[in-house]
Amino acid sequence: MNNVIVLVAKRIGAAALTLLLVSAVVFAITSLLPGDAAEEALGQGATPETVAALRTELGLDQPGHLRYLHWLGGLVTGNPGQSLANHLPVSELVASRLPKSMVLAGTTAAVSVPLALLLGVLSAMFRGGKVDRVLNLFTLSMVAVPEFLVATLAVLIFAVKLHWLSALSSPPDNPTFAQFLRVYAMPVMTLSFVIVAQMARMTRAALIDQLEQTYVEMAVLKGAGPTRVVLRHALPNAIGPIANAIALSLSYLLGGAIIVETIFNYPGIASLMVDAVTSRDMPLLQTCAMIFCAVYLSLVLIADVCAIVSNPRLKGH
Amino acid sequence: MADLVHVSGLRVVVRNDGGEEVAIVADVGFSIPQGEVLALIGESGSGKTTIALALMGYTRSGCRISGGTIRVGDVDILSLDATQLCGIRGDKITYIAQSAAAAFNPAITIMNQVIEPALLHGLMTRAAAEEKAVALFRSLSLPDPDNIGRRYPHQVSGGQLQRLMAAMALITDPALVIFDEPTTALDVTTQIDVLRAFKKVIKERGATAVYVSHDLAVVAQMADRIVVLNHGEIRECGVTGQILDAPADAYTQTLMAAAVPRLRQSLPAALAEAPAPLLAVEGLMAGYGGTPVLDDINLAIKRGSTLGVIGESGSGKSTLARVIAGLIAPARGRVLFNGEPLAGSLTERTREQLRRIQIVFQNADTALNPSLSIARILARPLAFYRGLRGDACTRRITELLDLVRLPADIATRLPGELSGGQKQRINLARALAAEPDLILCDEVTSALDTVVGAAILDLLAELRQELKVSYMFISHDISTVRAVCDEIVVLYSGRKVESGSRQALMAPPFHPYTDLLISSVPELRCGWLEQVGAARPLPVMGAAGAAVDTPALCSFVARCPARIDGVCNAIAAPRHTLADGREILCHHPANELLEREARVRQEATG
Repeated sequence: MNNVIVLVAKRIGAAALTLLLVSAVVFAITSLLPGDAAEEALGQGATPETVAALRTELGLDQPGHLRYLHWLGGLVTGNPGQSLANHLPVSELVASRLPKSMVLAGTTAAVSVPLALLLGVLSAMFRGGKVDRVLNLFTLSMVAVPEFLVATLAVLIFAVKLHWLSALSSPPDNPTFAQFLRVYAMPVMTLSFVIVAQMARMTRAALIDQLEQTYVEMAVLKGAGPTRVVLRHALPNAIGPIANAIALSLSYLLGGAIIVETIFNYPGIASLMVDAVTSRDMPLLQTCAMIFCAVYLSLVLIADVCAIVSNPRLKGH
Repeated sequence: MADLVHVSGLRVVVRNDGGEEVAIVADVGFSIPQGEVLALIGESGSGKTTIALALMGYTRSGCRISGGTIRVGDVDILSLDATQLCGIRGDKITYIAQSAAAAFNPAITIMNQVIEPALLHGLMTRAAAEEKAVALFRSLSLPDPDNIGRRYPHQVSGGQLQRLMAAMALITDPALVIFDEPTTALDVTTQIDVLRAFKKVIKERGATAVYVSHDLAVVAQMADRIVVLNHGEIRECGVTGQILDAPADAYTQTLMAAAVPRLRQSLPAALAEAPAPLLAVEGLMAGYGGTPVLDDINLAIKRGSTLGVIGESGSGKSTLARVIAGLIAPARGRVLFNGEPLAGSLTERTREQLRRIQIVFQNADTALNPSLSIARILARPLAFYRGLRGDACTRRITELLDLVRLPADIATRLPGELSGGQKQRINLARALAAEPDLILCDEVTSALDTVVGAAILDLLAELRQELKVSYMFISHDISTVRAVCDEIVVLYSGRKVESGSRQALMAPPFHPYTDLLISSVPELRCGWLEQVGAARPLPVMGAAGAAVDTPALCSFVARCPARIDGVCNAIAAPRHTLADGREILCHHPANELLEREARVRQEATG
């Protein structure tokens, strides 16, 4: 077991280091963007004197490395600063949006991961057969159709023609199950369209790789049926690559949901970040970028831990 | 006795690239009486595994059973549907695969895999199955039978896995067991233990079995009857004694002839007298990441001679070739070529030094780039070492192909279009393109059929006459090494335990490990396995045995039948020279070894 603990600890350390490096990069890049919040706030008619005065007030005149350390300290202690655009604490803005994004991402994951695994396993089991070809065509067309088209079509059919759902997805504070379904059906469906296909195809590839191994032939010759061969023998050996494919797909759900958030007017964190870019709201922008990066790293970390734990060679004696 | 298995008119076809169906097994028929072992023997591509798998109603992808009948007991196998076949497989008919290391699922504990067939077919409870498995582990002489099942496959050795697979095949008390080359991937010293264990359980249970192998000597120990196959057809079928003593078919006679390696011409006397060796290795120590794989190696290769290096897997023989070729830098010691020290790594060697030492790897399939034509594969070393381009290069390629006895038109083909023997010839031609003084041959015939391998050995001998090239010939097979080499070095666990000339290594005394190696090679006669007898219990070692891991001590002490308590586990063994020029690393003087080995042989035969 010690091997596993050491390996997992190393992975966590590497993730923390990556996050630190990313924070420096994010800070440096956002500092390079043209214009700053003082110019943005005062508009076209501002005199250089008023801009300079506002800069001093906002701390924008300090050297870069000091501002970075100050910002990093605030980030770690849960105070990423004041939004420059609307003078609210960044933490408050994020707190109003992040949970909603998490619910959307979580619901989408809960729907799409089992579905993708099922599709992947099925097409691997019947590889080369009719089921496989139909699923292949289906998943490929899902990947190929852009999500704004899926979302627009969904709105056209379910909201405009059938009047089943509302075209806007603003969740009430304490939704009933029926309300929940009505609000989330279309955004979840649209997001699932993209990631189910990716995950299903990766699952299929990872499983087929295992199904060609000698031990699978041995399992068949022991009298194991096709379901048992796939689920009991091949799947445990394919967990590593499948977990990594899932992590990569899920990481898309937070930052990549911008189109879905815009079309359905869903108040998530991706649209918050886009707003931050248009208003040059650096503290907010940096915090959003760090959240996306942290989520991505945690997902990959979880996938790595799954791969490590599922590998008996690392379990030690 | 009634026949348990009856096969007639069996035909298996494979769909080729053109979509046509080609027969790989045609009109095969045989029967096996209850309680007998039938061997299917033939070279690769003879259809022996295909037939064995067909007995379970199974074909590999792309293949199809297109005709014939297979009856096992009172079941007509070919009339069963998929579900019924699942019910038969692993229950009435079980299978032991060639490579247990690949056939065990790496993610599941051994016990769960061994009892899986019994649970799958609902034959017994988990507790009863585990109990039975432990009993089988015990009768297969596995170490620590109570706990070995809790391990994962990567935690036990290849020989143990092969026996664990036998336990898996026997747990359901099958009517028919199929052994598919079960010892081919093992070292001879391990093979003999596994064969003993198989023989014992077959006898105890009166099992009916099919034994698939390419090795006549192994089959002679295991089978009651032999079916000889070639290109999917039966050439000859008879009781074991008849096939071995009086083979009727010409093909069987070829197989028999190739099974006993013929002595190749020995070192020309004039060359043997040459003063300085071509290559000398002095006090070599080398390894990977701090752990030494080779320790204190000294050897010399005379100009024009062949040095054989023999040892089991893990003995460090391939590492030795890699150090000489410059692929691994030695940790200590040096390699002298023509009396000049060679740099440890490839990058520090001159192109001329690189040219003069070439290596030929075991597996031509992985050594040749599958997407390059033979001409381009050979053109590269010609351009790199000899600066040949254009017409001169093409001419030389034709010459090289002629040298390895291949037609010139093969140059335009890809490696995938050639047979195993042809690929190995190209592999050799690639080394010859550099016009080297020394060729390191790493298990060059191990992946080949006996007949094809024998032809490669002939080719090596001819090339030596024509080109005066020297070889270092690495092999795990002592009979091959004794047939082609002038001098032989025996490696065990990274140490040189014995070395000497071929003539000297033909008769005892031997180092105890060499003796074990020689006596473990199956002989081509019935009853050999019984005659060798059971593995003798090793002498008991006292408390000093705790020091077994001390590097200076004899590395063979843990397995040595001649070890002496208080000596072998306490003091480093001396290296002494025998009257015939041999060196042996052992505490026993030559006369004691001779007496001991004569006694053991007498006990075995008498």
